[in-house]
Amino acid sequence: MAKYEVNLKINDIPVSVEEGSTILDAAKKLNFRVPTLCHHPDLCVAGNCRVCVVEQKGARALAAACATPVSEGMEIFTNSAKVRTARKNIIELLLSEHNSECTNCYKNGKCELQELAHEYRVNENNYLKLILNKGYTIDDLSPAIIKDDSKCIRCQRCVRTCAELQHVSALAVGYKGDHQKITTFFEKPMHSVVCTNCGQCINRCPTGALIEKNYIDQVWDCINDPNLHVVVQTAPAVRVGLGEDLGLDTGHRVTGKMVAAMKRIGFDSVLDTDFTADLTIMEEGTELLTRLKKVLVEQDTNTALPMMTSCSPGWIKFIEHKFPKLLDNLSTCKSPQQMFGSLAKTYFAQKKGLKADKVVSVSIMPCTAKKFEANRPEMRASGYQDVDYVLTTRELAMMIRQAGVDFNELPDEKYDSIMGESTGAAVIFGATGGVMEAALRTAYEIVTGREVPFQNLDIVPVRGFEGIKEAKVQITGVKPEWSFLEGAELSCAIAHGLTNANTLMKAVSEGKVSYHFIEIMACPGGCLGGGGQPIPTNEDIRRKRMEAIYDEDTHMEIRKSHENPEVIAIYEEFLGHPNSHKAHELLHTHYHPRKNY
Amino acid sequence: MENTRLHKVDLIFENDGTCATTVLDKVLSRKPEDIINDMIDSGLKGRGGAGFLTGLKWKFTRNEDSDVKYVVCNADEGEPGTFKDREILDKVPEKVFTGMAIAGYAIGAKEGILYLRAEYNFLLPKLERMMNEFNKALQAKKLDFTIDIRSGSGAYICGEESALFESIEGKRGEPRNKPPYPTVSGLFGKPTVINNVETLVYATMISKYGPDRFKEFGTKDSRGSKVFSISGDTPNAGIYELGLGMSVQQFVDEFGDGDTKAVQIGGASGMCVPRKKFNDTIIGYEGVPTGGSMMLFNSSRSMYNVLHDYLDFFAEESCGQCTPCRVGCQQLLKGIEAVKNKNKTPDYLENLKKLAETMKLSAKCGLGQSVANPFISIVDNFREEIIY
Repeated sequence: MAKYEVNLKINDIPVSVEEGSTILDAAKKLNFRVPTLCHHPDLCVAGNCRVCVVEQKGARALAAACATPVSEGMEIFTNSAKVRTARKNIIELLLSEHNSECTNCYKNGKCELQELAHEYRVNENNYLKLILNKGYTIDDLSPAIIKDDSKCIRCQRCVRTCAELQHVSALAVGYKGDHQKITTFFEKPMHSVVCTNCGQCINRCPTGALIEKNYIDQVWDCINDPNLHVVVQTAPAVRVGLGEDLGLDTGHRVTGKMVAAMKRIGFDSVLDTDFTADLTIMEEGTELLTRLKKVLVEQDTNTALPMMTSCSPGWIKFIEHKFPKLLDNLSTCKSPQQMFGSLAKTYFAQKKGLKADKVVSVSIMPCTAKKFEANRPEMRASGYQDVDYVLTTRELAMMIRQAGVDFNELPDEKYDSIMGESTGAAVIFGATGGVMEAALRTAYEIVTGREVPFQNLDIVPVRGFEGIKEAKVQITGVKPEWSFLEGAELSCAIAHGLTNANTLMKAVSEGKVSYHFIEIMACPGGCLGGGGQPIPTNEDIRRKRMEAIYDEDTHMEIRKSHENPEVIAIYEEFLGHPNSHKAHELLHTHYHPRKNY
Repeated sequence: MENTRLHKVDLIFENDGTCATTVLDKVLSRKPEDIINDMIDSGLKGRGGAGFLTGLKWKFTRNEDSDVKYVVCNADEGEPGTFKDREILDKVPEKVFTGMAIAGYAIGAKEGILYLRAEYNFLLPKLERMMNEFNKALQAKKLDFTIDIRSGSGAYICGEESALFESIEGKRGEPRNKPPYPTVSGLFGKPTVINNVETLVYATMISKYGPDRFKEFGTKDSRGSKVFSISGDTPNAGIYELGLGMSVQQFVDEFGDGDTKAVQIGGASGMCVPRKKFNDTIIGYEGVPTGGSMMLFNSSRSMYNVLHDYLDFFAEESCGQCTPCRVGCQQLLKGIEAVKNKNKTPDYLENLKKLAETMKLSAKCGLGQSVANPFISIVDNFREEIIY
């Protein structure tokens, strides 16, 4: 059914919008900004905070602009005296149950409530301070996420994020009235519930109620300790997000400036997670081909297909909770972060003549789940904790500001060597479909000796923000040792966001679909939309970051993982060959079923 | 002083035991449109308190194009001071079921659900027995309509229609954004007629006697009679069916104890009418409407305590999702405490009245919007009792 246009007036100015649009949409079209708190473009309508109330001619009560559909002939006033008074009162009410010690708050200067309070010149003393009697405690037991109810304004963005985008529902609304709060199953701390640490709730929390656990001071301490060699790695998606937190436009690639900034901060070696992303492709690609051979040639019924990627620690914890029967399908490869960690304290330390216990391994990630991953007990292959500290993109931006570095004026600098070389294939790990594309570029070439049959190596079908993508690659003209794959059609699927992952996993476990290889990223858009990326987030922002990632790929000299010279070197000098015994020891891991609550 | 006697009525509890059979036979022999037109003609307004025209509600729902529609009977009677639905469900449940079946026939629904307040679960065995008999009777009459009963979970907010739907759907009982209204998207997103227990009984009686009998009572804006739950400082507490449109003075003359200083009309979320306004205040839609609760207070009562109790209730029973209601209720409660304790000056009451006005304008549902009713009417009329 075709949608028709609805005509209405906002502040006496006529406008027409598609039926089903909200008053907020119509106001936006006329460039009237109506303030919002509970509204978020990625989430369903809530209409809870009531900050967006507007006056509708002829109506007794005010309407929530975010939740009220337009109707023909409607006359709306977004800024009348009635509206302004109500809005100001509502902001004051929110502040009265909010811990507004702003200078002690991690989100100071980045808080939507603070901004509104400033904009409306509210008087916090208009009402009694209710927060004083609530007896809130801070849940900081998780290595990744801190939940501070005293700062919560009950907008329920986190609850909707956790349910709608991630199908996890670790966070839910509990109690009613003056006791209402956002809580977990039996009010258990975040680290002991189904929370995947994805951090998507943090990306959408308007205040400081949900933040990442930050390790900035610890990292400064290590940098300032002359006895320690601090190695830092930066994940692919960080370079397309960091600029947003340092005054640059969305979608700016800042790889060179970021490297320069980290050198000025004082990291001893500034290296690239992209190196181990390439290594992941070698290990994971080989694992996939081995699995295919076992199933197709040796008829091995113990080998699980489809094989699923294991780079995203939020996804790993999700599948451990929700689909423990599919754990054998996960690639045994560690994530690039953890591969890097174990190599930093072995291969890198040896090559540089450093003692492993004097190497501090720091990673900069677009992710909060990586903080949890680094703390997993399996991640100590080097004999030490492989990654000591995980900082988010946001934390790095904060360190750069603290260091007094004028980011925009920095020259582009290059990563240190070794473990600083990367390829276009590694960069695209940061976007949904990127691991798949990188793996196909390499696996196809290993098997056939030819490049993937896509123009300019761009495997377009696996790109973009569709929730679940499918791609099929016909394999012909294979090398003799891969003859069993001649004529085979490699069937792949890609999902991003755990709700999509859940849909796909349900289909897989019910046998409704059959694929060989599945890529899953826990966050919407992949790592570029990760829980550690600059705030705010929305599809437009994520799209610009994605464009920047593919742009970076196009501009790389080498675009296939197996051609990374440092990767070739590490196999020759240290690991032997992909999936070798040593590679398994350092670069592969295993998983544990977890309870579904 | 002339005192016209109150118009006592016996429609709701009239029980000749044949209601279900005779009324249903009559209804099923007519076209659904005619049944709806009778309802519109009668002027019956929802007896739960909001007062929407029942016939129109049915008409809108009938006009919706949907395979599945529902009739929901709101028996989540939770308004403080209201207890008439309990009595109706206890005494004449078959008339409630009949009303649901009439609504189902009129709008084209096949399923009816009675949402029973959790505290009324003692009625369940009897209601279920009668419901099963009634469903069998409907089958025998070849009416494709089945009634089921859901027990509530004990929250006041679940009496709000959209929160009630959420509750039946197994979710947290929280009001939805409106529009869409239930006639378009109600239970499980389907067009739904939701009526109060008493409304459905009047639907039965209007179907039985025709709209004219109903119109004999009440006034132009407040047609018919209404069941009142009368409590407080009265020698005659109980349940009475009275014609609408009487003045509060007439009411107090009949039910007061001779020392009535205020009547709270419409429960905790209703209006407080002080003695000086008894003569000028009509009980009905042209004056102060009520879902049935009439609480009388004599001079021994502290109106501060009355208001404090109400606010305490609302602060706890707010679902908590929207800011004006969740925080506003707490602020009003703590605010009058602060004034009473001299932690705030009496001027602070003006701040609180503005806050109550904001709640009325901006809260998401009727709960938050109506807290201003008792607050402003009690603070305005009994200001000195709040302060000193």
